[in-house]
Amino acid sequence: MATDIPSFSSAAPVTWRRRSRIRRVLDAWTPLLRKPGFSLALFVVLFALTAALVPHWLSGFDPYATTPREKLLGPSTLHWFGTDELGRDLYTRVIYGSSLSVQAALLAVGIALSGGLGLGVLAGFAGGRLDAVIMRIIDVKLALPGLLLALAIVTAIGFGTVPVAIAVGVGIVPGFARTTRAEVLRIKTLPYVEAARLGGASWRRTLLRHVLPNAWSPVAVLATLDFGAAILATAGLSFLGFGAAPPVAEWGTLIANGRHFLVTAPWVSLLPGAFVVAVVFSLNHIARTFEEHQR
Amino acid sequence: MTGYLIRRVGQALLVLWGAYTVTYFILYLLPGDTLSIMLSASGMEADGLSPADLAKARAYYGLDKGLIAQYFDLLGRALHGDLGQSLSLNRPVVELLAERLPQTLSLAGLAILLSLVGGVGLAYLTAYVQWRPLKVALTRVPSFGFSIPVFWMGLLLIQVFAFGLGWFPATGSKGFESLVLPAITLAIPSAAVYAQVLQRGFQNVWQEPYIQTAFAKGLSRAQVQARHGLRNAALPILTLVGLQVGNTVSGAVLVETIFSRNGVGRLAQEAVLRQDIPVVLAIVAVSATAFVVINLIVDLLYPWLDPRITHSPKVA
Repeated sequence: MATDIPSFSSAAPVTWRRRSRIRRVLDAWTPLLRKPGFSLALFVVLFALTAALVPHWLSGFDPYATTPREKLLGPSTLHWFGTDELGRDLYTRVIYGSSLSVQAALLAVGIALSGGLGLGVLAGFAGGRLDAVIMRIIDVKLALPGLLLALAIVTAIGFGTVPVAIAVGVGIVPGFARTTRAEVLRIKTLPYVEAARLGGASWRRTLLRHVLPNAWSPVAVLATLDFGAAILATAGLSFLGFGAAPPVAEWGTLIANGRHFLVTAPWVSLLPGAFVVAVVFSLNHIARTFEEHQR
Repeated sequence: MTGYLIRRVGQALLVLWGAYTVTYFILYLLPGDTLSIMLSASGMEADGLSPADLAKARAYYGLDKGLIAQYFDLLGRALHGDLGQSLSLNRPVVELLAERLPQTLSLAGLAILLSLVGGVGLAYLTAYVQWRPLKVALTRVPSFGFSIPVFWMGLLLIQVFAFGLGWFPATGSKGFESLVLPAITLAIPSAAVYAQVLQRGFQNVWQEPYIQTAFAKGLSRAQVQARHGLRNAALPILTLVGLQVGNTVSGAVLVETIFSRNGVGRLAQEAVLRQDIPVVLAIVAVSATAFVVINLIVDLLYPWLDPRITHSPKVA
């Protein structure tokens, strides 16, 4: 990108050398990691991702082992989040639940990214009639409230984690399409695109090598934000009872389940919820820091 | 102006038609046997029926016609105010909606009001506070606001204000008191959005020359902010109010489910659980209508609130 400006030192005229890939990544990340808020947020997100990939590293309990004697215990040093109505360790269930919830959110964002990038690039690059038609379709999608559109899709294709993720993903396509289109339209007019075309690069090569890499950063910020939004939306849908079927843990179903014990054991739904809040807030914070950093 | 009005209304109608069409095709075209979904919604098993009965049922639900013919049939009837029959409740959908709508409207109305008061209030406070740490903390509050799942916030409020302090009833839909907690829950995400946008708005407005002029003529900080800052920073909020209608409707589904309120949102949740396709289609259509109408009103209000915006070109 344009940030690789050669720095002229006062010493002998050293020929400028491109920094190595690792060096550039380090240079980009060090100022961010110095911010305590950002590091903390990154830690929370990495923790959630670790929990999703290798849950047994983070907890020694079995998420499905019931111990009726120890039901509805409050948080303690042994059971960090307490236990639920069947005596299962809640912290463990939250950790194991990460896997389904994170997968669902990733699937949703993946669908939105591929669909939105495709539509946005098509609209921005082709222009004219095609652009107008695609943008009208997106206007229509924006008029449909996200959750209700997801509910309609879930009604048609059935319940479960994957349908819910698909429904949520389809709902956030318009945002990506709009952002991508705006970026493509902006970059299309820049001199280096013209230079690439004059140099004989095909449209496909121009698109892949010159336009997309530069359009990427606002889209990545949006993807981070929407990853959080997708977690909330899938949790909401599974809270309503359209997600994974009972014994399986999922963030939304965990919170929904605790609803019945709110009077006697509030932690059963409030602590898993607090974990979700922490993860989503961290994602938002990371996205915001990226955005501020770019400016 | 008249030309603009006609074009804008036409556009709104087009979006509405598009929304109905998209929802129709999602519900009737996606994989999944519509007939067996409808049969199980009305409490029958598709497997137990003879082919003759199945054909009869197909004709009864109008599924024997082609997809397009069905679509025009439904659309025509929807335009005449007939949204079909609920499969699981065996009642006209219009009747169900009329029964549930007042609950949701009062909830959404109060929530929008609260979110505006909360959001604008928070941003106003952020702009007024000058002590650095507090200012930074206040600017982080909105992004916290929309990181919180609506349903979790609802449970937290129930736990604190209904079970803990006993100020408000935990669930139910009777009286104003039962409206307070759901409305607050529903208002929080929108309030966060308003606050964030308005905070940025204040930041930008504060650098405008007319603010300096206002200070120069001897107004106090409070006066400058109230008379010159807020009025200029608050304009984008109006567009947002229109756009937030969608989020409010989405939130209402969750909030009404948590607080066991008999509104349209809960009807939507129940309808999806029972796969009651006509009800789902009707609710989506109605909320899309609400979205389109409110955004239309917002667009038409703009030139009246901000005379700088006119829709007719001044220079010929």
